[in-house]
Amino acid sequence: MEKKPFVRIAKRENASYLSAWLIRLLAFVLALILGGIVFMCAGANPISAYKTIIEGSLGKAHRIRQTVKVAIPLLGTAVALAPCFRMKYWNCGAEGQITMGAVGASFFAIYFGAKWPSVLLLPIMGLAGIVFGALWSLLPAIFKARWGTNETLFTLMLNYIAIGIVAWLQGGPWEGMPGSQIIPTFKESAVLPSVLGVHCGWIMVLILMFFMYFYLNFTKHGYEVAVLGESENTARYAGMKVRTIILRTALLSGAISGLVGFMVCSGTDQTLFANVANGVGFTAITIAWLSQLNPFAMLIISMMLAILSKGSSALQSSLSVPASVSGIMTGILLMTLLGCEFFINYRLIFNFKKEVL
Amino acid sequence: METVHAVEFRGITKRFGDVIANNNVNLYLDRGVVMSLLGENGSGKTTLMNMLSGIYYPDEGQILIDGKPVTIRSPKDAYSYGIGMIHQHFKLVEVFTAAENIVLGLETEGRLDRKQINRKVSEIASKYGFDIDPAKKIHDMSVSEKQTVEIIKVLYRGADILILDEPTAVLTPQETAKLFDVIRAMKADGKAIIIITHKLNEVKEISDVVAIMRKGEHIATAHTNSVSETDMTEMMVGRKVELSIRREEPVNIKPRLTVANLTCRNSEGIKKLSNVGFVAYGGEILGVAGIAGSGQKELLEAIAGLRRIESGSIIYSPEGRTTMDLVGMSPTDIKDAGVALAFVPEDRLGMGLVGSMGMTDNMLLRNWNAKKGLVIDKSESKKMAESIFTELEVVAPSIDYPVRKLSGGNVQKVLVGREIASSPSVFMSAYAVRGLDINTSYIIYELMAKQKDRGCAVIYVGEDLDVLLSLCDRIMVLCDGKVNAIVDARVTTKEEIGLLMTSHDKKESQ
Repeated sequence: MEKKPFVRIAKRENASYLSAWLIRLLAFVLALILGGIVFMCAGANPISAYKTIIEGSLGKAHRIRQTVKVAIPLLGTAVALAPCFRMKYWNCGAEGQITMGAVGASFFAIYFGAKWPSVLLLPIMGLAGIVFGALWSLLPAIFKARWGTNETLFTLMLNYIAIGIVAWLQGGPWEGMPGSQIIPTFKESAVLPSVLGVHCGWIMVLILMFFMYFYLNFTKHGYEVAVLGESENTARYAGMKVRTIILRTALLSGAISGLVGFMVCSGTDQTLFANVANGVGFTAITIAWLSQLNPFAMLIISMMLAILSKGSSALQSSLSVPASVSGIMTGILLMTLLGCEFFINYRLIFNFKKEVL
Repeated sequence: METVHAVEFRGITKRFGDVIANNNVNLYLDRGVVMSLLGENGSGKTTLMNMLSGIYYPDEGQILIDGKPVTIRSPKDAYSYGIGMIHQHFKLVEVFTAAENIVLGLETEGRLDRKQINRKVSEIASKYGFDIDPAKKIHDMSVSEKQTVEIIKVLYRGADILILDEPTAVLTPQETAKLFDVIRAMKADGKAIIIITHKLNEVKEISDVVAIMRKGEHIATAHTNSVSETDMTEMMVGRKVELSIRREEPVNIKPRLTVANLTCRNSEGIKKLSNVGFVAYGGEILGVAGIAGSGQKELLEAIAGLRRIESGSIIYSPEGRTTMDLVGMSPTDIKDAGVALAFVPEDRLGMGLVGSMGMTDNMLLRNWNAKKGLVIDKSESKKMAESIFTELEVVAPSIDYPVRKLSGGNVQKVLVGREIASSPSVFMSAYAVRGLDINTSYIIYELMAKQKDRGCAVIYVGEDLDVLLSLCDRIMVLCDGKVNAIVDARVTTKEEIGLLMTSHDKKESQ
């Protein structure tokens, strides 16, 4: 009798809803355990580390506000990426689109901050953010639609150009004190008002979240995007205008990212600097993936990552664990949650007993 | 009885999730015998063979080679037991030569000795009567030549148990005859050969025994000359099946689509159609025959507005209205002009349907833009999906179940059902029954015959010449993007069409 293969992979035909979520929960627990090992390596007790993370991010009202502030651009940008990813258009340029949106908004904040009242200035800043973000996103989309260039590289490279532009503005035309390399803080009129202690961007991203859910699921545009994402030939067969759809979707995505850029510079930073997007454009890709493009799941994941990020700063100050563990934790979460999809779709069969003929 | 068989399956069971692909299959094969493995789609023929060739591993049961139990975990293991499979879709490197493909993956010491390889290839070729040039590149080869390379590839590796998965599906009658000669030579050499097939006449022609599978189970094995085609079908399907295609004399036919001097190129700029001209009449079925890649796909796509046309005209003559030229119109333009053009493309899930969506959303592909406004209205589509679901007896858990997960026959029912629902005046289909079981195939033929009764112009691109001959009224034979002839399907023969498919000099008939 020859030996059998020890383990085989078989497709799960109809994984139930419940077992799928159970597997996801297990993956989350596994992430916590793996994260605990990381804390132990960094010389901290895992239990107290997790306690510190929760307390540091949600323990007091002002901490919750800080955490929400981190979550706002994450959610907004993930929502922006959703239609692109549904179309299988790999927009990696949210970082640059946020940055350019912030540039557009800052232009009005800097030149008209002292002249215009808030009611006029803020909508125009928002609009400028939308237009700048949309145009920055349109450029690679035109190339994609016309000549079929690879959007992944194109959008990615544009990020660094956008950041470079801000660095130049910072040290050049928009520099405050000569030699400071800093753009002065915006005037009061250019700062987003707070609602419940957090700049009102949170209301906007929640509206955007509902809008995107509706857009993707109940509109012709959403249907076109879904069909095109599945197969370009089918889209053409159904009489859809492929180029228009690519351009329109990229525009929409860039517009939302640009609006996020406006929120960040006007609401959070109250100035413009090269690192205005602060990696949000990339983290949002993770969020969009983890939530499987469901806008409501994006809300949960954004909050989760914001809690991790804020909590880790608390870790650093109270347990002197480097704050960069939050990056490690995010990575572990991404790995386990995406990895568990394999176990939702497939099962492993082990051969323990010898089979008898 | 302890006779030693070349191959023996004992109690083989294989499951995919909840689906039982093979259930307790017991089957054997001896050397010097050609066995046909007959069964409808989804009956588990290919799964069974994939277990023999190391692609799948059985959940239960044992495979014996020459009476010894074996474990076949990979195609490499399979080769070590002398098992070679020739797949339906060739697995060749296009830019390599025949010889390079043949030795690809073999671990030999030292340099690649082309001379020796070529000599060995030629030896095999002359032994069994193959025609092959070892130095020819795959992309310069015809389908039949590629198949030859695949067969030699397994022989080169010393296989003496050969599995051929639907080898004749893509061949002309002449090429099929040649292949059968080769198979007979291999049989005479003492090889054990299994042919997976759908075609009953070929079962009779080439094989000694026939094993019939149904729903994952082995139903019977019989000597080919002791069973009739009707018996075989009955065993395959599980009940009596009427194996005749209804063909009425066309009545009151009118020119519907007049194509003239149509020329177009593919995306690489290669001319795929040159000066194609024909008339499709309302009330008849026009068959299109030709070896794969002769321009069938391009022709239908050009008519449907999906392909840029270099020159020529496609005149549509509706009843009681003025004619119009469809050249330069997009699918939307064609629809807006009131032309009810139905198109069942060859690539069902890659062009005709969206695999991840359910039936309702797939119905929507044809009327998503019917109403004004931004919000999509799915109510019409839902009704349509429900009526197709019941009328065509689509087997699916629900109308929202992703169509990708349906069986091939049900996928095609969804697609054909949707296209017919538009009451078309022109109905085009490419390989409408490819991969479908007998029963569904006959349903599709009947649906097309009904369209003809309605006065619709039906254009049917097919590969099974027997079907073309009994379903169509006229058959247009394409060769290399040109119309070689348009013949009367009631008087022509399979051989004549086979010749027209490959001969490049234009013949005039009719």
